[in-house]
Amino acid sequence: MKMSYFPGCTLKNKATDLDVYARLSAEALDIMLEEIENWQCCGGMFTSSNDEVATKLSSVRVLNSAFKKGQDLVTVCSACHNVVKQTNNAMQTDSEFASKVNNYMGEDKYEGQTKIYHYLEMLRDVVGFEKIKEKVVNPLKGKKIGAYYGCLLLRPSKVMAMDNPENPTILEDFIRAIGAEPVIYAQRNECCGGYVTLESPNSAKKQSNRVLENAKANGAELIITACPLCLYNLKKSGANIPVVYFTELLAEALGLKEQTND
Amino acid sequence: MQRIGVFVCWCGSNIAGTVDVKAVAEALKFEPGVVHSTDYQYMCSQAGQNLIKDAIKEHNLTGIVVCSCSPRMHEATFRKTAQSAGINPYMVEIANIREQCSWVHKDMAIGTEKAIILGKAAVAKVNLNAPLTPGESPVTKRALVIGGGIAGIQTALDIADAGFEVDIVEKKPTIGGKMAQLDKTFPTLDCAACILTPKMVDVAQHEKIRIFSYSEVESVKGFVGNFNVTIKKHARYVKEDLCTGCGACVEKCPQKKVANEFNLNMDNRHAIYIPFAQAVPKVATIDPSACTMLKTGKCGVCSKICAAGAIDYTQKDEYIEEKYGAIVVATGFNPISLEKFDEYAYSQSKDVITSLEFERLTNAAGPTAGKLLRPSDGKHPHKIVFVQCVGSRCSAGAEKGKEYCSKICCMYTAKHAMLVRDKYPDTEVYVFYIDVRTPGKNFDEFYRRAVEEYGVHYIKGMVGKVTPEGEVLKVQGSDLINNKQINIDADLVVLAAAIEPDKSARPLATKLTASMDTNDFFTEAHPKLRPVESPTAGVFLSGACQGPKDIPETVSQAGAAAAKVIGLLAKDKLLGNPCVARSNELLCNGCSNCEKVCPYGAITYIDKDFRMPDRTTRTRRIAQVNPAVCQGCGACTVTCPSGAMDLNGFTNGQIMAEVDAICK
Repeated sequence: MKMSYFPGCTLKNKATDLDVYARLSAEALDIMLEEIENWQCCGGMFTSSNDEVATKLSSVRVLNSAFKKGQDLVTVCSACHNVVKQTNNAMQTDSEFASKVNNYMGEDKYEGQTKIYHYLEMLRDVVGFEKIKEKVVNPLKGKKIGAYYGCLLLRPSKVMAMDNPENPTILEDFIRAIGAEPVIYAQRNECCGGYVTLESPNSAKKQSNRVLENAKANGAELIITACPLCLYNLKKSGANIPVVYFTELLAEALGLKEQTND
Repeated sequence: MQRIGVFVCWCGSNIAGTVDVKAVAEALKFEPGVVHSTDYQYMCSQAGQNLIKDAIKEHNLTGIVVCSCSPRMHEATFRKTAQSAGINPYMVEIANIREQCSWVHKDMAIGTEKAIILGKAAVAKVNLNAPLTPGESPVTKRALVIGGGIAGIQTALDIADAGFEVDIVEKKPTIGGKMAQLDKTFPTLDCAACILTPKMVDVAQHEKIRIFSYSEVESVKGFVGNFNVTIKKHARYVKEDLCTGCGACVEKCPQKKVANEFNLNMDNRHAIYIPFAQAVPKVATIDPSACTMLKTGKCGVCSKICAAGAIDYTQKDEYIEEKYGAIVVATGFNPISLEKFDEYAYSQSKDVITSLEFERLTNAAGPTAGKLLRPSDGKHPHKIVFVQCVGSRCSAGAEKGKEYCSKICCMYTAKHAMLVRDKYPDTEVYVFYIDVRTPGKNFDEFYRRAVEEYGVHYIKGMVGKVTPEGEVLKVQGSDLINNKQINIDADLVVLAAAIEPDKSARPLATKLTASMDTNDFFTEAHPKLRPVESPTAGVFLSGACQGPKDIPETVSQAGAAAAKVIGLLAKDKLLGNPCVARSNELLCNGCSNCEKVCPYGAITYIDKDFRMPDRTTRTRRIAQVNPAVCQGCGACTVTCPSGAMDLNGFTNGQIMAEVDAICK
């Protein structure tokens, strides 16, 4: 099955692991991710530039490219996913916003038709966790993993519509699918500190620490996330627990990680 | 030709404020058939009604148009007025120039123009009105109460004490409802069981009351005074007439790991069980989803042990048909599911509980024999945080929770907090609240006692997150008065979950054709003046099925519902509604469309012989309406392709005349 793919800027430099393992694993699961041509930044931070049309245009172009190819769009970075999905929702529900955007789009009018999957949703709804279980060659047995959702993946829940924002299960189900044991801890959907780290690194650190200490107290040995900014903040917190992208563990379970090391 | 009188009401300034009533009366004077037109300040008052009566006599009127409030308000009033002056009550039409005109417009010119148009439409209709006479129907002098909680119990007792037979249908194996699960009741702190169980016994022993426990209403047919109800009695695999409630079967049942719903799944019961010691009827019930004998055919211990020979594994669901004159809905409430509120970690920690679970934990007959112990490790909690408004008073756009206030939580939380401090003075108690709402006799005094005498810490603000970590629950909340974040390491967190109508209410409303609001609470016929009647004639409301209520309020409303039922059952005959459908048999083509759309089953088809112009006889299939069953909804009249079906009082001709008058 072919799907359009939007990696986003961070995945091309800081977060190459998130990108590389996502592509490798998708291929092994019979999904052909076709990268959108000439894509630009998602525009960043939907909510903080709510009334600004210009920053949304690049997202709309990405969505429109997928639409013209007749494909669903897959994202993997939580932040990009949040921006692209919220932009698409605004194109569907806010006619004033949509007409302003379309004034810049020339002949290529777009009305929010593209269906967007976060990579995790693709695993759950397109591939199916059962199928992943079958394809796992290297189950991560006995490994206690804490899923870290952060904020952007789940909220605003009406628009993101991925999972119950207060008691999500998609990452836990993913952890079970690759043979490991999920650790459920309350702080898994709290903020990592986000961009506060630019202004007040100590506040962000406190926040990240609270998350990781709670995960550790509940027995987690490893944390997975889908967000480059979360990974950055959690790693900087100083709490003694490894944090990796979920795609890396997927590749490992599917027996693909060794290939990349060769 | 009719001689029509028009009466325009000011309704004080309600109508006259935005409608020039004099101009309306003047304009309608010249409509066809109108011989008299006037206005008055309060047409519904004694003086106003006399004005109408005098005009009828003086001008020899045959039809009346009252331009006033909604017909739901005063149509009956003005019909009576007309009748007392010798006019058929169905010769009266109301033009609603209040709710549909003056209240929704601000501009006098626009409001006046619209009021005149509405008046013209009513005049056009009255020109075609014909006198109607309602039929009579007998009243079955028995009542059905659906739900056996405190609301249903009180209603049933009051009706039965007036001498009428009552049946209670309760879906659980015992009556008692939520009140049976409570520990103490505010504001007097008397124990719930002590005041409830004597009433349960009264119900069981009352010669006029029958209890159908473990039963549900399957279907309802008929109409006020003449309901035909099918009751489904679930198989309990125990013969009720033989079982003595000795409990020997329960003791010996080897399947003892079934979650005990009466204790909110905090301990276990057996596959055969009696919900609690004072259950009524005190009869065992086998849970078919847990019983080994019913599932695999191997066991039969209870049957061997039962000295009365009451066990019957072959019992089947039973359907019972009964006739009633009135039906009372008392289906009650439940706490909402906390699935969407996991910021409070209800699913993550056993030590985060609901207030109803707290009731069981402090109840002497509960899973801890009344000792307040943490469900996780059985230790005594030293720091307890209560969170109010969990799912109540949520904003309209929110994806979770209810917009309304659940009303009972402020008081029971104050009660819980006070009781903890009284019994365990070494325990610190915090209550997070949005507002404390304690109106009611001796209610605010009660809450203040919790704060002032018992030292409960009330914090204005909400809890944002509960994080279970090790043995403690880290509670993060905001103190809005001190404008700061608060972190409390609690041992136990108690959530005052919002309450919602029982899930059985929605399908029941469909069966009863009773209306509900968006929250699935039953709607009353009038929010102020008819609070215990549903808009469906013969269906009455008791308790929390109509809105959140505490026990004192529920009992009052239950008594009020009973009074209304008694008033109905005391009558020998009821006047029907003459505005029912009738079929013109010469136009009917026998297509059956009307029969299919009729929601009341009022239409049947018969074969009838017709004498033809050529003197032959032809048999044709035609529709026939049973006027006693027809509710006058009009679905058949719009469905009929040949225009044979018409509705008395709302004929196609009358409706078209109204439309013409509006469009003219």
